[in-house]
Amino acid sequence: MAWLAVFFLVPMVYLGKTSLEQGLFPLFTFKWAWGNFHDAISLYHVQFVRSFEYSGLATVIALVASYPLAYWIAFRGGRWKNLFLLFVIAPFFVTYLIRTLAWETILADDGVVARTLRQIHVLGSNGRLLATSIAVIAGITYNFLPFMVLPLYVSLEQIDGRLIEAAQDLYASRWKAFLRVTLPLSLPGIFAGTLLTFIPAAGDFINAQLLGTPKQYMIGNVIQSQFLSVRDYPSAAALSFVLMATILIGVLAYARILGTEKLTG
Amino acid sequence: MTTLAQALPRRRSLGLGWIRNYVLTVYAGLALVYLFLPIAVVVLFSFNNPAGRFNYTWQGFTLTNWTHPLNYPGLSGALKVSIEIAILSSLVATALGTLIALALVRYRFKGSGLTNLLIFMPMTTPEVVMGASLLALFVGRGVVLGFLTIFIAHVMFNISYVVVTVKARLVGFDRHLEEAAMDLGANEWTTFQKVTLPLIAPGIMAAGLLAFALSVDDFVITYFNSGSTTTFPLFVWGAARVALPPQINVIGTAIFVVAVGGMLVNIVFQNTRAARARRPASTA
Repeated sequence: MAWLAVFFLVPMVYLGKTSLEQGLFPLFTFKWAWGNFHDAISLYHVQFVRSFEYSGLATVIALVASYPLAYWIAFRGGRWKNLFLLFVIAPFFVTYLIRTLAWETILADDGVVARTLRQIHVLGSNGRLLATSIAVIAGITYNFLPFMVLPLYVSLEQIDGRLIEAAQDLYASRWKAFLRVTLPLSLPGIFAGTLLTFIPAAGDFINAQLLGTPKQYMIGNVIQSQFLSVRDYPSAAALSFVLMATILIGVLAYARILGTEKLTG
Repeated sequence: MTTLAQALPRRRSLGLGWIRNYVLTVYAGLALVYLFLPIAVVVLFSFNNPAGRFNYTWQGFTLTNWTHPLNYPGLSGALKVSIEIAILSSLVATALGTLIALALVRYRFKGSGLTNLLIFMPMTTPEVVMGASLLALFVGRGVVLGFLTIFIAHVMFNISYVVVTVKARLVGFDRHLEEAAMDLGANEWTTFQKVTLPLIAPGIMAAGLLAFALSVDDFVITYFNSGSTTTFPLFVWGAARVALPPQINVIGTAIFVVAVGGMLVNIVFQNTRAARARRPASTA
């Protein structure tokens, strides 16, 4: 049976290798063209920074939105926990693109939301929701929400209720019990959830394309158009590689920070 | 199962806790509304009778879209490709993934750590990067993009999810059951067939369904590796540029209803069965 793993390993290694090599070894010729990387960063650092801003914000919003929901399902869901979980996943059985197009309808200039916001003067009279950073961030947050809710739920669900009771018996207030017991115990879920949200969000290009304008384009849009429209494979590959490397470094740093926090907390 | 905590009366904090629960419930409810808002729009607009080519503003109620769900050029073909690829790739990915999961959990072999890492990598790689690297591989090798490359790509990203799902089931597996079967004279293959497989079947089933769902839904990786073949998400993407037929909403709603309906029935069934199983135990 182990040979099957090996059989599978080969294409995977091959994929890993090409994705590693591609920046230097495109279709054209292999030239140790480190310049690709330099160009990738100097030409598109704006989109890079924007990608990480948007996906970072979306991740934080998703965490704030999901935690109470996951908490509620885990501790108050009772016998129907699975049903509520289904409610969380259900919207995602509608194809990603259709979901995002639906957001386009909701946020449209003559849509109910935009009109109401204009009436109560949150938006200016010509204010738009569509084609703004807000729309893109909202779209990203929405589309990756289950990746946040599910790991949070799993880690919260595993918490032994007796630990919280014990904290309260020892005269911790509910809030304090939450901060000192529940929250630290759910850290693995927070860790997994934020990563699972942040990583795909950083590479996303659909939300920026459908809900934004070129002013909101993220690095995913650049990679996509470099590959499929401009057909400049080397620079697109260099961009993908930089994106992956940045995410990897970010993840490692994040793991370190959260890891030590866990030890001291 | 009744835990000690449930058996003991809870300490009550006066009134305040009730408000807090209430706030939490409302918040959770709002979060669910947020989740379902776009879906409601999708379903609603599947009944729309759009004036122009774009299905963005509400014009009037009609059932035509539902009675003629495939009445749009290219839609049925794209749907067919999507379903074919989803069935094929989820079958292959489930078979391979299950075997890998078994190998990883059961045997310590050289490179098992590396395999674990490799299984994990596709899930932590942004889809654009995956799609791009596969494209680089295919183009570099001179493979013609099309059905085959989509299929390969889908098996690729699905395997990881299958392995993780099946592994979760295997970790809680009681190996004594297998030993018992062997003690009763079953050989390895019979044991696998009669004991191991039925026990991990729910995990395999779940993994297969997950793979199917992921495959049908995938846009980004397919977009990179499709050539001129069109799957349903690709069709939506292409259509959204020039027009937005309500048939898209109809298909979206139909997939949603079938998938969620099936899971709903399953959950209700399990719950009633669990309730039935609990009752005799409590009287005993």
